[in-house]
Amino acid sequence: MSSTHSYRLTHLKELESESMFILREVAAQFERPALLFSGGKDSIVCFHLARKAFFPSKVPFPLLHVDTGHNFGETIAFRDRLVGKYGVELLVGSVQKSIDEGKVVEETGYYASRNKLQINTLLEAIETNKIDCAIGGARRDEEKARAKERVFSHRDEFGQWDPKNQRPELWNLYNGRKLVGEHFRAFPISNWTEMDVWQYILLEQIEIPSLYFSHEREVFERDGVIYANSPFMKLKPDEKPFMKRVRFRTIGDMSCTGAVDSPASTLEEIIEEVASTRTTERGSRMDDKRSEAAMEDRKKEGYF
Amino acid sequence: MTSTTKGYLDMDLLRFTTAGNVDDGKSTLIGRLLYDSRAIFDDQMEAVERASSKRGNGELDLSLLTDGLRAEREQGITIDVAYRYFATPRRKFIIADTPGHIQYTRNMVTGASTANLAIILVDARKGMQEQTSRHAFIASLLGIPHVVFCINKMDLVDYDEKAFHAIKDQLEDFSSKLEVRDLNFIPISALRGDNVVKRSTNMDWYQGTTLMYLLENIHIAGDLNHIDRRFPVQHVIRPMTEEWHDFRGFAGQIDAGIFRVGESVQVLPSGFQSTIKSIHVGDREAQEAFAPQSVVMTLSDEIDISRGDMISGTNNLPQTGQDIHVMLCWLNQKPLQPGGKYALKHTTRDARCMVKEVAYKMDINTLRRLESDKAIGMNDIGRVHLRTTVPLHYDLYTRNRNTGSLILIDEATNETVAAGMIV
Repeated sequence: MSSTHSYRLTHLKELESESMFILREVAAQFERPALLFSGGKDSIVCFHLARKAFFPSKVPFPLLHVDTGHNFGETIAFRDRLVGKYGVELLVGSVQKSIDEGKVVEETGYYASRNKLQINTLLEAIETNKIDCAIGGARRDEEKARAKERVFSHRDEFGQWDPKNQRPELWNLYNGRKLVGEHFRAFPISNWTEMDVWQYILLEQIEIPSLYFSHEREVFERDGVIYANSPFMKLKPDEKPFMKRVRFRTIGDMSCTGAVDSPASTLEEIIEEVASTRTTERGSRMDDKRSEAAMEDRKKEGYF
Repeated sequence: MTSTTKGYLDMDLLRFTTAGNVDDGKSTLIGRLLYDSRAIFDDQMEAVERASSKRGNGELDLSLLTDGLRAEREQGITIDVAYRYFATPRRKFIIADTPGHIQYTRNMVTGASTANLAIILVDARKGMQEQTSRHAFIASLLGIPHVVFCINKMDLVDYDEKAFHAIKDQLEDFSSKLEVRDLNFIPISALRGDNVVKRSTNMDWYQGTTLMYLLENIHIAGDLNHIDRRFPVQHVIRPMTEEWHDFRGFAGQIDAGIFRVGESVQVLPSGFQSTIKSIHVGDREAQEAFAPQSVVMTLSDEIDISRGDMISGTNNLPQTGQDIHVMLCWLNQKPLQPGGKYALKHTTRDARCMVKEVAYKMDINTLRRLESDKAIGMNDIGRVHLRTTVPLHYDLYTRNRNTGSLILIDEATNETVAAGMIV
């Protein structure tokens, strides 16, 4: 490179650099971190960043998947392929197991969701695996309670988040000190937006599950949202499944993730769609529609 | 490649902070920036409309976009730093939106620590107030290179040129006591949108730019220190695989300067010199790397290096010492204990320190030094002498915000209790 080089990083490279720094801080400050892996694009980007941060070493922490039992088959297949390809350890916390053991009670009715039940399973997985820092792919632009989240976020011995009493976080000096029994959540892509994530996936040619691309699927409509028809959703008498070309903008449980009517079948087309769309990603998430502070309430109890 | 993507890959990043009281219209300004740059989505807008009508004041309350926590909405105040994001075709912006109440100075300091630019709101009817000087002082203390005073609510003073200039003179006079490289003044009405994104037709006498134009075009590449070379070692990478058998790399984020393969470097605290053998950016090798890139470096010689060490250029070393003088912002309910011991974080180095002396406390409203009042409590700022257990390799904060900053941690509660700028 010549001496006339401008020595300026583009914003995506600056974000990448910041995220790599955060991931290395986690590895340096904690004894047993784990990367929360849902098979969604944000956790896939986090894993990609971790591979870059520690290259040529392997990613020095396991993946932790909180399996609700209501996953899309494509997500699980993708997860297992990724784990095999990069030789990384996979830990699974099972919501079904928590239900079977009577630790949580399954919701019933048409709007039954295992979303809230994940909290218990997650905290239990953190405890049994002695994880002292759970790395998550949450972004501050997703939701207004998340906009107030720290990069290194303290959790008390009950796994609770206290939003009004967070540690100040200055410069890039992250304070991961804690008492025995407490743990941390770390969010390396806090400062990324949905668009940043998609552009980065394109730039780095990162593989993502096929669910994100337009495909034909049996769906049904409820309250204006299109859902995949699955054994996990009980149809109301007037709801009839039908075939449609859809894709998913986020990937969560089959019981709470809405699909979008979309022909976008390449990353470029998805980016065009995201650029012109007028609703947020979480607009199609039933778990956030429950109340204005739905996310804040779940986070306080220990949600991602 | 689509047009959306092409432009996106050539944008840079501007982090800015906004300070001002509830009444100054700060939330309205941010709402306006987000709204007019189309960073607000329909479902967010619907939520604001729902909440606005619930309050029954008829008008659309853009400030509801930025108040995230239940308690904040209930009390109509901002409690904590909130981060907001928007982008224009030229730049991506990260806003650290900080509350302006006296008791929340700690949030302002937090938001300011990573900002390149500060927007300080002033009410055109009231002019410079105590909080204005406080905000300006904190921006200056935290080394924010660009400050923009937005004289807001111009619509309420009939867009009067004289009112604007009177306040501008006041602010210029005060700011001469501060160390701010770049000062800007813009007359706006956040509520009506004058000079925020669109040029005002009500103030023909104003020849300057809109706030958005300034945010998009202000030169920030020169804010980084590319002269000193500073690389704090964060993590040692030893794959111990067949392919990378003897690989021993030092991972970190470059704090300042440009590092090139083949150039000599000095390792601190050991003092050994070596040359850079290779630089890795992710899985790609590079001939050079610069701040703020996260890289892995290998050196030609086998030197014992671990986390907390500093790799530096050879002809321009950081200062090294255990007697550190700082401007300290106190962030905790429990006041600073003279003679007390605290854990300390500086670059990637962990140490402990003892508070040797409080030289003075600052009156942040008048900028006077209070030499007789040395009690440093929540939200106070003072000059303090710390003695550290191990030497720190540092630069003055005014020269390098990364190697010149530190935090103190209470060893009993593990809370971050203070932010320090080395002077």
